[in-house]
Amino acid sequence: MKKNQENACRRGDGDIAAPGAGSAKRIDCDVLIIGGGTAGCYGAKILSERNPELKIVIAEKADIKRSGCLAAGVNALNAYITEGHRPEDYASYAMKDAAGIARGDLLLTMSRELNDVTEDLEKLGLVILKDENGKYATRGWRNLKINGENIKPILAAAAKRGKNTRILNHINITRLLWTDGAGPSGTRRIAGAAGFDVLEGTFYDFRARAVLMATGGASGLYRPNNPGFSRHKMWYSPFNTGAGYAMGLEAGAEMTTLEMRFIALRCKDTIAPTGTIAQGVNARQINSRGEVYEDRYGLATSQRLYGTVEENAAGRGPCYLKTAGITPETRDDLYRAYLNMAPSQTLKWLEDRVGPDEANVEIEGTEPYVVGGHTASGYWVDSKRATTIRGLYAAGDVAGGAPQKYVTGALAEAKIAALAISEYLEKQRNAGERETAETNRADEELRHQADAEFAVYRRHLSLGAGSASKTGAEPAADLNACASEDRETLSAASAPADGARTPFFDVQMLEEAMQKYMDQYAGGIGSNYRYSQAGLQTAKSRIGSLMPLAEDLAADDAYQLMEIFQLKERLKVCLALIAHLEARRETRWRSFAENADYPNASDNWLKYVNSRYENGRIKIICRPIVRAGENYEHQN
Amino acid sequence: MSIRIDRSRCSGCGACVRVCPGNLLKLETESSGEKKCAVRDCRDCWGCCSCLKECRSQAIGFFLGADMGGRGAVMTVERHQSISRWKVVRPDGTMEVIETDARSANRY
Repeated sequence: MKKNQENACRRGDGDIAAPGAGSAKRIDCDVLIIGGGTAGCYGAKILSERNPELKIVIAEKADIKRSGCLAAGVNALNAYITEGHRPEDYASYAMKDAAGIARGDLLLTMSRELNDVTEDLEKLGLVILKDENGKYATRGWRNLKINGENIKPILAAAAKRGKNTRILNHINITRLLWTDGAGPSGTRRIAGAAGFDVLEGTFYDFRARAVLMATGGASGLYRPNNPGFSRHKMWYSPFNTGAGYAMGLEAGAEMTTLEMRFIALRCKDTIAPTGTIAQGVNARQINSRGEVYEDRYGLATSQRLYGTVEENAAGRGPCYLKTAGITPETRDDLYRAYLNMAPSQTLKWLEDRVGPDEANVEIEGTEPYVVGGHTASGYWVDSKRATTIRGLYAAGDVAGGAPQKYVTGALAEAKIAALAISEYLEKQRNAGERETAETNRADEELRHQADAEFAVYRRHLSLGAGSASKTGAEPAADLNACASEDRETLSAASAPADGARTPFFDVQMLEEAMQKYMDQYAGGIGSNYRYSQAGLQTAKSRIGSLMPLAEDLAADDAYQLMEIFQLKERLKVCLALIAHLEARRETRWRSFAENADYPNASDNWLKYVNSRYENGRIKIICRPIVRAGENYEHQN
Repeated sequence: MSIRIDRSRCSGCGACVRVCPGNLLKLETESSGEKKCAVRDCRDCWGCCSCLKECRSQAIGFFLGADMGGRGAVMTVERHQSISRWKVVRPDGTMEVIETDARSANRY
């Protein structure tokens, strides 16, 4: 952080006086990238290559070196067009797996980039297995085998090399800033974002001409597989809390297909990947009687999971991947493969002294997630990955309409979005500067928006047990490190104080309540992923009752403030998800969206369920399918 | 699933604090004045092992919670250039070592 702040000073950023108390750091740039994961890092690299003079800022909640989904590594690239296949084949496969609810244009534009980004990854240093002819060795018709333990540090290094790219680590963004054009149908245009430093407490006010949203999807909405001590041992990153969806909803951006939840089929307990075993050593899914059951339910992603749920429900569980009998050499290779992506699984085998050669690997379904890299959930974007807010683009897990992205698809989308942003900024420049008066008025409005968000931060902090306000001093939340040698930080201001009130609830209590309600009423593990319309109504009401409680949570420091915002983000995503589940009155995908009141698929629902957050309510909008060969542009 | 910090090995360099994708670690000042790493809440660990890889003094041990079948074995990793040396020590003192090489691709 210190280094970042030194950079900030050297580059001439200034403090801005915020009405009320304290100060915040103001950062102006051309492009703000929110989230430095897979898509965010690669988007920065492509943008900087296209136009090295662009001032690019990545605001990342943790540190881009290991943040996001790829922290532990990954051992295959699951989206690649192998010899003898075309991008159309991949798009068609993904469309079919989604039972027709995906965007033909998005899948095709993504698929066309898969091989280019893969070659680029290799140039950046990723090790990809090759055959004796020097060609990539494939696993099936769309997968490559790699050593991806270091894939995230590789992407982070590529992002850092940008000439005018600044990486601001440990910055949690909580709100977008925007301007509205004149008149009732005035265009909403992105203008920046507000956030704070998770470790040091500094408030940040970003102004940008374009924003790339790359925060990832949402985990932790439902009660997880291991709800106690190992509650964060989940498939998706527990630190991807749906911030991008929540901020987009708040800004009025349109979302699509949130109801197509993703539920992963994983190794029991460790929630480690199964693909390496299933595809790598051709292990079949068997029940406790040793019967291969996968053929009975179909082989689509959701059907593989559904079969396992049904076998368990019928009393034929536990279910396994049949690995017993593999050679000790293969077993040792699997130990290494898992160390390169999910070390807990190797630890479990070694600790048990029973490897996959001796015992089959038990499998289970995870809790449901909202994640646009696997299903079609997320921002409603056009073929250039522009959202419905001008200047706001989305890529990776936060962007909807294009399932089965995996790593390379997220990179492909980041590339498409980055090139579109470059073009957008060029057009904007050519159109000339706006009137000075209008700019000033906009600046005032943006400052007002940022201050409103800072006021929310201060409120949570003022409720904290040791807040400065309790001691009668001014809230000292947001002091700039550059401003003073003996700087105070948010944490330092949290010394114990007399008369601190004990808040009624804490983040943990409300998170548990949210996860319980979602599990029981909105189709979690506990209800075999099924829900009813009546149950969804209960879920909506219970989640709605938690939202005001979350506003009264107390934070003792910036880390706790981040925890409060993560909960608030999840609650908002839950509310939108429930509305989507309720709207789609059919069961198109087993387990992913299984509506007990409408147990069959219906052609009437061969359309997208989209939504916008308006006046505190989720408004549902249905839109016609964009098929293969068609193109979609925003019109309304 | 979580990590344990061996404070006698921790140099207080803060590399793990910076790298943790969940901001779950912090530095605490001991009575001696030395800074040592601490976990905010051990239930929040994802198990990615980024901190183990970053730690130059193998002060961080990874273990499975009892709710995942853990029985007290601890995993550490030591990295030299492309080689990662993963060590698992069981409570009875038996040990397993597996080396992975960043230059070798997964074969499955």
